[in-house]
Amino acid sequence: MNKIFLIIQREYLSRVKKKSFIIMTFLGPVLMAAMMILPAFLADWSEATHKNVAVLDESGWYYGKFKDQDNISFYQVHDDLDADKEKALYEKGDLFLYIPKTELNIPVYAELFSTKQAGLNITSYIKSVMKKEAENKKLLASGIDPNVIKSSKVDVKLSTIRVEEGGIEKKSNTEVEVGLAIFAGIMIYFFIFMFGAQVLKGVMEEKQSRIAEVILSSVKPFQLMMGKIIGIAMVGLTQFLLWIILTGVFLGIFQSGIFGGDTDMLGMLSQGGTTSQVVAAGPDVASADPFAMVTEVISGINFKIMIFSFLFYFLAGYLLFASLFAAIGGAVDHDTDTQQFMLPVSIPLIFSVAMSGVIVSQPDSSLSFWLSMIPLTSPVIMMIRIPFGVPVWQIALSMSLLVAGFVASTWMAGKIYRTGILMYGQKVNYTILWRWLRQKR
Amino acid sequence: MMYALEAKNVSKTYVNHKALDNVSIQVEEGSVFGLLGPNGAGKTSLIRIINQISVMDQGEILLNGHKIKPADTALIGYLPEERGLYKKMKVGEQAVYLAQLKGVKKQDAIKQLKIWFEKFEIAGWWNKKVEELSKGMQQKLQFIATVMHNPKLLIFDEPFSGFDPINVNILKQEILNLRNEGATVIFSTHNMASVEELCDHIALINNSKVILSGEINEIKNRYKPNIFKVEYNAENILHVDEARFEIVSDESKNGVKAADIRLLNGSRSNDLINALIAQCEIKSFNEILPSINDIFIKEVKA
Repeated sequence: MNKIFLIIQREYLSRVKKKSFIIMTFLGPVLMAAMMILPAFLADWSEATHKNVAVLDESGWYYGKFKDQDNISFYQVHDDLDADKEKALYEKGDLFLYIPKTELNIPVYAELFSTKQAGLNITSYIKSVMKKEAENKKLLASGIDPNVIKSSKVDVKLSTIRVEEGGIEKKSNTEVEVGLAIFAGIMIYFFIFMFGAQVLKGVMEEKQSRIAEVILSSVKPFQLMMGKIIGIAMVGLTQFLLWIILTGVFLGIFQSGIFGGDTDMLGMLSQGGTTSQVVAAGPDVASADPFAMVTEVISGINFKIMIFSFLFYFLAGYLLFASLFAAIGGAVDHDTDTQQFMLPVSIPLIFSVAMSGVIVSQPDSSLSFWLSMIPLTSPVIMMIRIPFGVPVWQIALSMSLLVAGFVASTWMAGKIYRTGILMYGQKVNYTILWRWLRQKR
Repeated sequence: MMYALEAKNVSKTYVNHKALDNVSIQVEEGSVFGLLGPNGAGKTSLIRIINQISVMDQGEILLNGHKIKPADTALIGYLPEERGLYKKMKVGEQAVYLAQLKGVKKQDAIKQLKIWFEKFEIAGWWNKKVEELSKGMQQKLQFIATVMHNPKLLIFDEPFSGFDPINVNILKQEILNLRNEGATVIFSTHNMASVEELCDHIALINNSKVILSGEINEIKNRYKPNIFKVEYNAENILHVDEARFEIVSDESKNGVKAADIRLLNGSRSNDLINALIAQCEIKSFNEILPSINDIFIKEVKA
């Protein structure tokens, strides 16, 4: 037992002391924080350029209806289509809106010319003005006062409320949950792959540098394998913890530094334990209402379960895959030989992430249920399902199956590993792996 | 008699072939034991079983008369044929780690290592990474790591591969020193010259079986062809009684005449001297003993 502790210690310290670990630890949160902030920042920045639109309205219906907006100004032109277009586009560098004349009807057709792709904000504004104007005109033509219609409009708000056992009601909002679900699923996928790959690399290093047999004269192959797997798991947990803390710190710096405390710029979700909050995105969020709504939804998600299950599925999922990676690393001689074995091991993980769209749209379907039970897919799929609320018995069953899964995979991997790690110059295929699996020590 | 190590009827079968078939060896305490055999004969399989890296199907391994148990790995120092080190780890750190795995306390390991590092003149390399070391230095470090926990039994698998001649001599000297200090040494090699130089006993394994074992001089006597080499001066060619002696060869090289003569039908060396003394002036008279190399080739081919 003392020996496995020595191995864990070496595996842990040799990785944590590496420059790449320290760089990743700081770079990760910076990237993460940047990823959360950059879209909002970019959106704001791109809209900051001012655009002018020349309007040639041959129908005459829409004169004066286009009002100057924050970043868009409209001006009228009256002459010839071709000459006006030429002038607006090439001389002034503006956009050119042409509304052709129609005989009887109100024109609902127009053409917008531009030298560059016209922004979404311009096209949608033009469309909305024309639509509103045309509708009003039509209503008047039918003898209806548009104000009557306006006053009779109602805005329906539908709150989805999930009733949990014991009658506790929680406000839920699918978009927030989808975001959270996919984020959690991808994080699990990412962590398993990143640290699983380190196990593979570490085992191959021991085999290729020929130190394996030296070590194995002191410890059992299983101890060496598990020592490495556990040591790297602890590196993963350390990195994860540091990322959470540092992401929080960096977000704080970004927020106060770049945006001068303009918090509603941030469409971010910091999932740091008890202080979790979500701030809704977009500069045109009119009031604090959506913000309050989002926080309410967030508080409706059981974060104790979220964080506990994240750690559990990360660890157990990692143990399952890491043992398979260790078996592969022990079996092959060269990096290039890993491909044929890596693929079947990676497929369940990649498949899980690919299925995330289907899972979030129907988190309670039987497909979702079964995928969250099968040990190879459950780490990612169950994490995607959990934000939507999963009965405790399902989580418990899925966790038990996953534990059974990694016990089985570790047992199998141990058998392949102990033979493979001392076998050089053997071109390994599945038949040979099967033989090793049945081989007595 | 109690042996430092005894393997009794050890058999080991892998899925596709039999690696060891009823193999028995006895290694006397304080001796150097040579384990010989062609590639794939089963030497490494036996060594791995002794080191408890793999498990035998049948038989027993006795260490100092007791059945071997997992904790005994601390009593054995093993330098495998396929050996290496963690390239990114520092030299001192790595040696301490390997010692700790053998159950040596960290402080003791550091103390021991300092002594060994001085001895092998690599003290300045303590904080260097292994990958910065030359191949020979890595081999020295590996040797130190094998012996520094003062094991009673040392097992070297092809210890001299990768060493230059100077370091081979240092290593041989160290192996003999360790033996003189009371350690028992088993070593497996193809290098027959070093076997004659170092070993007291040998066992020859071929096709998973021990085909020859015993004390090295006794084996040589067993295989001696009863041929004597005579260097002589004479005008005429030698004549001997063909019933008692056979002239295997008789040639003149660089002005020296030399004949290989076999004794037949129980005649003795003195009889041959008597027969020759009248015909020539004898410059030298030696019995030709087979080298271990000859015996090895003869037995493996048989």
